[in-house]
Amino acid sequence: MSIMINKDTRVIVQGITGKSGAYHTKQCMAYGTQIVGGVVPGKGGQTFEDTGVPIFNTVAEAVEATGANASMLFVPPPFAADGILECVDANLDLVIAITEGIPVADMVKAWPAIAASKTRLVGPNCPGVITPGQCKIGIMPGAIHTPGRVGVLSRSGTLTYSAVGQLSEVGLGQSTCVGIGGDPIIGTKFIDVLTMFNDDPGTEAVIMVGEIGGNAEEEAAAWIKANMRKPLVGFIAGATAPPGRRMGHAGAIISGGQGTAAAKFAALEDAGVHIVHSPGAMGKRMKELLK
Amino acid sequence: MKIHEYQAKAVLRKYGVAVPEGKAATSPQQAVDAASALGGSIWVVKSQIHAGGRGKGRFLELSTGDQVAAAASGHPQAGLGGVLLCRSLDEVKDAASKILGNTLVTKQTGAEGKRVKTVYVESGCDIARELYLGVLLDRSCNKIILMASTEGGTEIEEVAEHNPDAIKKIWVDPGTGIMPFQARQLAFALGLEGKAVNSAVKFMTALYKAYVEMDCSMAEINPLVVTGAGQIIALDCKMTFDDNALFRHPDVVEMRDLDEEDPAEVEAGKHNLSFIKLDGAIGCLVNGAGLAMATMDTIKLHGGEPANFLDVGGGANEAQVTAAFEIITRDPNVKAILVNIFGGIMKCDVIARGIIAAVHNVGLEVPLIVRLSGTNVELGKQILAESDIKVISAANLDEAAAAAVNATK
Repeated sequence: MSIMINKDTRVIVQGITGKSGAYHTKQCMAYGTQIVGGVVPGKGGQTFEDTGVPIFNTVAEAVEATGANASMLFVPPPFAADGILECVDANLDLVIAITEGIPVADMVKAWPAIAASKTRLVGPNCPGVITPGQCKIGIMPGAIHTPGRVGVLSRSGTLTYSAVGQLSEVGLGQSTCVGIGGDPIIGTKFIDVLTMFNDDPGTEAVIMVGEIGGNAEEEAAAWIKANMRKPLVGFIAGATAPPGRRMGHAGAIISGGQGTAAAKFAALEDAGVHIVHSPGAMGKRMKELLK
Repeated sequence: MKIHEYQAKAVLRKYGVAVPEGKAATSPQQAVDAASALGGSIWVVKSQIHAGGRGKGRFLELSTGDQVAAAASGHPQAGLGGVLLCRSLDEVKDAASKILGNTLVTKQTGAEGKRVKTVYVESGCDIARELYLGVLLDRSCNKIILMASTEGGTEIEEVAEHNPDAIKKIWVDPGTGIMPFQARQLAFALGLEGKAVNSAVKFMTALYKAYVEMDCSMAEINPLVVTGAGQIIALDCKMTFDDNALFRHPDVVEMRDLDEEDPAEVEAGKHNLSFIKLDGAIGCLVNGAGLAMATMDTIKLHGGEPANFLDVGGGANEAQVTAAFEIITRDPNVKAILVNIFGGIMKCDVIARGIIAAVHNVGLEVPLIVRLSGTNVELGKQILAESDIKVISAANLDEAAAAAVNATK
């Protein structure tokens, strides 16, 4: 079992002919993901390189022709919010927005329509979602993943890979790994994914990796305390980050004493999460818990 | 991206947000000319730096060490501040001569302070009440929020801590924009009456419009002043812009003052590297923002201090790795360099070759600790081991951090 995506997920790629879009589409296909179409306005009727994947002018056309239910979005930042809303309009179940650098104002404007729709947005500015052995939608290296029973969720890319690498090293596989993204406005938050992991019979435990900025981890901690039935290992990046500075991710900033790593660690610990202060200890700690 | 107060006020003026009349000046004579052009008999000469707490700041060159230290902690003793009230043109000239070219230390600048290149000369204003108004994104509901408080002049974080009831908020629907009734709610909650209510509604509506159209990430009016005549006016203004939206605001980019930024950070930006200078001795080169922060945290856990945050990004190339090495080695505090790369899309053998090329280009006088993991890790390690550069190879992050800390002892 898994959450969000599996071997039956049918994926279109928005921006399939761009440099990143093209490269990662091929990586996903090599992993086994069912890429059923691409969308590039003006290139409808063509096929994507030598893959035979058809390209459409609009998401609606692509969905109608292919029965796709998910999109992987690589549209450049100025046009990305538009691309997300096009998926909402086409009633897709899932859009995973990889694009980094979308103006916050664009997301503020798009959010009410996204929130009111059936379409789940993951990201933007995220590595994507992978259910090992079944489906990879995103830019994560597929080869480091192993099918298994630990869910992984994180705001950051390479730190997620690091958690996955550690799990594989101690002999634990992953049910599904979700990178929710480092932007101030993201479609899927910790609580959304934790809810799914909690209800997924294929997930036995969860690693959650947070970082400084905002209060999503604190909100998640309150939810965990009240609802979570599965063991969690938690780490927060940015204990040494200076206040007022944007640490790479647009959302990773301590402002006015809010969003510190210390406060987030404390909230998670209070919620019964098994926290580790060294990011290298996530896999080992999980192994101890699942003995 | 940040801008100066005088620039922010020009933006506000353009949108019809009430601000006092004022002019920027870069010499004492210009300041006098500005004051006489503004007219009146009372002026304020304000230091223009990208940091708050200027009134309570003290100048390095004009103060004792104790006075400067007190200013840096936010509890100033007697002495000359960064915002001066003047009652004659001679006083304006004197104030500008004392401020310009000197270094202002405030609670927000750190002990080294910021050199003042520009003063803003502003007409004095008849202050009846001081309030606070801020516009920003509420990340919990993805809406723009207007936040007001009756405690003008105090930092909002401080108010939130000791008197949260003094803070009133409204959330704006992006479809309708701010509605007059919402602005009235805030105005009445602030205890405004008579003419001041309408003046506040006009002020807030215009400020919201400026915020949205200019792609701000924060606009803070502190203090927001009610004049004796019941007009609402922005006495000070801090404005920052969403870096992701700068592509559609060339006018904003033009206002950028590179002197206010760390030169190494500016240089890093040119190579699309995300870099933040810190005070420690261990230089860090990492791919991914989360992993970069985690690397800094691990160094600290092992008793060291990071010299920087540096994210080369997911698909960094050899040129970027070289630029990163150049920037890190330029910092004289750096006594060791820790490279932590998770090879995903970027394979470890490619990284290893990049590191070798970078070291050949830049030269290296401090110990280099490399931790590689992920795709083609064994090949990467082998390439480093067979190269002519001296590398301490670490199997995991903890080992790498311990080795780096050890190397700085």
